[in-house]
Amino acid sequence: MAIIDLSIAELRKKIQQRELSATQLSEAFLNRIKELDPKLNSFITVNERVMDDARELDKRIAAGENVGPLAGLPLAIKDMLCTKGIKTTAASKMLNNFVPPYDSTVVAKLKKAGALVIGKTNLDEFAMGSSNETSFYGSVKNPWNLDCVPGGSSGGSAAAQAARLAVASIGTDTGGSIRQPASFCGIVGIKPTYGRVSRYGIVAYASSLDQAGPMTSTVADAAEMLEVISGHDIHDSTSSQKSVPTFTQSLRKDLKGMKIGLIREYETDAISADVRKTVENAIATAKSLGAEVVEVQVPLTQYAVPIYYLVAASEASSNLARYDGVRYGYRADYQNLSAVELEKFYCKNRGQGFGEEVQRRIMLGTYALSSGYYDAYYNKAGQVRRLLTQEFQSAFEKCDVILSPVSTTAAFKIGERISDPLAMYLNDIFTTSTNLAGLPGMSVPFGFSAQGMPIGIQLTATHFQEEKLFAVASALEAAANISDRRPNVI
Amino acid sequence: MIDLADIEKIALLARLELSPEKAREHAEQLPRVLKHFEQIAQVSTVGVEPLVTPTEIEAYWREDDVVQELTPDEILANAPDKIGHLFRVPPVI
Repeated sequence: MAIIDLSIAELRKKIQQRELSATQLSEAFLNRIKELDPKLNSFITVNERVMDDARELDKRIAAGENVGPLAGLPLAIKDMLCTKGIKTTAASKMLNNFVPPYDSTVVAKLKKAGALVIGKTNLDEFAMGSSNETSFYGSVKNPWNLDCVPGGSSGGSAAAQAARLAVASIGTDTGGSIRQPASFCGIVGIKPTYGRVSRYGIVAYASSLDQAGPMTSTVADAAEMLEVISGHDIHDSTSSQKSVPTFTQSLRKDLKGMKIGLIREYETDAISADVRKTVENAIATAKSLGAEVVEVQVPLTQYAVPIYYLVAASEASSNLARYDGVRYGYRADYQNLSAVELEKFYCKNRGQGFGEEVQRRIMLGTYALSSGYYDAYYNKAGQVRRLLTQEFQSAFEKCDVILSPVSTTAAFKIGERISDPLAMYLNDIFTTSTNLAGLPGMSVPFGFSAQGMPIGIQLTATHFQEEKLFAVASALEAAANISDRRPNVI
Repeated sequence: MIDLADIEKIALLARLELSPEKAREHAEQLPRVLKHFEQIAQVSTVGVEPLVTPTEIEAYWREDDVVQELTPDEILANAPDKIGHLFRVPPVI
């Protein structure tokens, strides 16, 4: 079996038994990146020093050290997570030269488990987008069809993973940014419960919505990765102190005793025939595996996109206020000026450093928080957010896991929706509720469109019940039997 | 209604320099997006406390120890301009 087809568990065994060295593994993936990434543009930075790290690890293995569950595995990390000594850009001109002096907690935990950072993946600028077309470093291409978007904002991680340019990847999800690109690229992606994973060292977009999570080739690999990155962190007061389950023990083949909920309000004409067929197949499969299917109601999901964009833009306008061009980040050229007004100094740095979509969301958020409009927009959105969360809590009294589409369509063409911001925002109708309510959500590949593009199924559970997501996802993955299909580019 | 003057005011609050062309684009797009979002006004929310953090934050205690995690050199390494251990900016008025 080729290296790229091996699971994390299989690779761990080979490395522990010295059938394969960390150096060989990193070299193999570096070569794949060099060969294939010029077509995809999925990496912003490739970490050439990964070979030194791999050699160091091989020495420790040879010395009989316990090197951790992910020892020697090269991972692709979304360029939103700070990596000590490796440039971290958030795909923005604003952070084009930023080299963090510390590791984000997620990266620190991965390194402690023995993993290696092979590179930093492309994304929509500051994770604001669902097509990966807003990156300062150019669009990412979908490995299944180079004319299509990989989704976003974690499009680089999704494309890299689909093309097997790393053993596993990390993304972040504020309104669907792990699940939607996972669906578009035919991989597994999980957004954990808010608080399951520390946000320390992750470039802040919307702090009450952001979570990092694994993007992997299989459900079992996602479970392995989530076990490593979860847990309380003194650097993030919103990270949970709940114990972290052994997620790999939740994997199963049948769904006996499991109640699957379908949200009645998600039924809309906007769902394409391909997506509809894939969801129907998944429901039929779940039933055949022993699950009971029930209908649940979450009427306020119809407001999820407005609530999401008001909350996210408001938090973003506040979070991104830190980019002033004084301490780090982009500064405009002042060589020929003897003096400048302070406000103009900030306005120029930010006006030149931020891209269009980021500025659009800062403007929206500033307006929604401004005097006279705060109550009608930000405050109101927060109130409806509470009611929406309560509706989800009632729905989860009737079912274990909610099954739904991830997106209304499979991956769309590059350039198709970028000129209309509202049309782009409406891509997120099935994914934003999960973040607003802080729920764990997952995308698992289940079918293909008539054009051969992958389509995922979204699974959602109540707070801290990721185990149920892994149970249902693993059973559906096994039944779907499509994991052998590979994108054309590889 | 949001006009160009409003856009300029918001841009100043947001500390963003906009070209006249971009300002016109915002004046066209922002009202359209807001109009779509205003549908949340239809939901009755009398007496509802806004939800800010979606899961419960559990309080925890730690020792009040001073830990030096970064050195001044590390902190200044990303500065666009500096003199010694100081951030340097152009003369401002």
